[in-house]
Amino acid sequence: MLKDITIGQHYPTDSIIHRLDPRSKILITFALIVSLFIINQYIGYVFVVAFIGISIILSKIPISYILKGLKPLYILIGITFIINLFMTSGETLYKIGPLVATKEGLNQAIFMAIRLILLVIGTSLLTLSTSPIMLTDGIEYLLNPFKKIGVPAHELAMMMTIALRFIPTLLEETDKIMKAQIARGADFESGNIINRAKSLVPLLVPLFISAFRRADELAMAMEARCYRGGDNRTRMKELKMKTSDYISLAVTIILIIILIYIRVK
Amino acid sequence: MSIKIENLTYIYNPKTPFETKALDNVNLEIKKGEFIGLIGHTGSGKSTLTQHLNGLIKPTTGKIIIDDLDITNPSVKLVEVRKKVGLVFQYPEHQLFEETVYKDIAFGPLNLGLKEEEIEIRVKEAMEAVKLPYEELKDRSPFELSGGQKRRVAIAGVLAMKPEVLILDEPTAGLDPKSRDEILEEVKLLHEKYKITIILVSHSMEDIAKLVDRIIVMHRGKVRLIGEPREIFKQANVLESIGLGIPQITHLINKLKTHGIYLRDDIFTVEEAREEILKWIRGKENA
Repeated sequence: MLKDITIGQHYPTDSIIHRLDPRSKILITFALIVSLFIINQYIGYVFVVAFIGISIILSKIPISYILKGLKPLYILIGITFIINLFMTSGETLYKIGPLVATKEGLNQAIFMAIRLILLVIGTSLLTLSTSPIMLTDGIEYLLNPFKKIGVPAHELAMMMTIALRFIPTLLEETDKIMKAQIARGADFESGNIINRAKSLVPLLVPLFISAFRRADELAMAMEARCYRGGDNRTRMKELKMKTSDYISLAVTIILIIILIYIRVK
Repeated sequence: MSIKIENLTYIYNPKTPFETKALDNVNLEIKKGEFIGLIGHTGSGKSTLTQHLNGLIKPTTGKIIIDDLDITNPSVKLVEVRKKVGLVFQYPEHQLFEETVYKDIAFGPLNLGLKEEEIEIRVKEAMEAVKLPYEELKDRSPFELSGGQKRRVAIAGVLAMKPEVLILDEPTAGLDPKSRDEILEEVKLLHEKYKITIILVSHSMEDIAKLVDRIIVMHRGKVRLIGEPREIFKQANVLESIGLGIPQITHLINKLKTHGIYLRDDIFTVEEAREEILKWIRGKENA
């Protein structure tokens, strides 16, 4: 169960998309999210699907792998679909008791479902093709202009890096403590909700203690190496925009212009 | 409580790019009351093997038979198996969670559904076995104890379940030499007093050599050597080829041999070596 968590998982391979500057990938993803909300006709989706499709092909990530990431969202997509189907007023299509499915509702439901799926695929393409370090580096650069108004860009990025770095560690730790307690006869699987919640105490207490211990140790190690926040820090790998970055950004801008044109036409 | 392992293979993350074979066709037999040393490098499969013995991991293929009961059979109640086979994990102090030492040690027996009086007797006994003063410590928080004491509390937590087989996964890792010797001594006493089967996992030959009846050497998921310590240490070149040393004193004896001093080649404690060397010196003086 724990192994299925794929948040922020990186699919390591070498492709044009992987080599793109993280800043341009973040900006493109952001633009893609906005563009999905500009669209109000199906024709708009054709362009977005083409854009994402080409990106996936270029990224060399198997499509099945991306679709697997959609699995946890089936329920969410399903619920949105049903709500839209029944809650939109219009021409009656079908009746189940007090619930009325309308033609407009069906239309709206399909429209929203496509939007959600594209949203998830588009954003997961970003995390799949960018290593966590690159991602946080990119975010830090992009937040830099906001430093003037007091946004601690470097600290935020550092926090994100550390958080992502510790996801697998803590999962491993959870697995180990769980096994140790099961070996002492603990039962995490049966009983009612209250009993189950209670049975988590032997798992959560050691987990929290170990998380704090790790935090303490990491802070100490950083201190020992004279870490002191973002000012005047230099980096080993400077981010550099390449021709491919400018081309992909240009393509994105064209996409948005087309979508806006379709909308206002 | 005999343990029999037949053709045990275990694969982590099967059918993914991260697939690894942790155990590869392992066959073993451990007799009741034996003291076994399980030795091998990090990643040799020792921990995976021990977790199989109380059903925490299900084998990919193969059988594990404990007292004529095949625990890989899905109908077997694993709770019963875990009652018989106690497993002390590496760094067991990381699993402490209760407010008091007493409650933490009582966690296992409580899960077994024992009565309050019986639990108290067991906690007392378990604390005695690991040399923790009961009255003094039972109401203290386990988190304010020293590292060695925490480790003992955690070991007592497993002992209180009165297992017939006790598996200790590197019980001395990260402890100072004094605590290490004490804990090993306590384990030895446990074996002598209660006649339980003990499997001691370690990667230190020195720790194991003096204590155990038989040594199992694992390498890359396979059982490489198995036998009494004397036999195992005779095969110094095999051990060294898989990156495991022999006890330093055995090494010394072998070194002496290259200088033309021939002593018995199955020596692995300092005391024995002393005897042998003295004998050799006397023999030389007499000649």
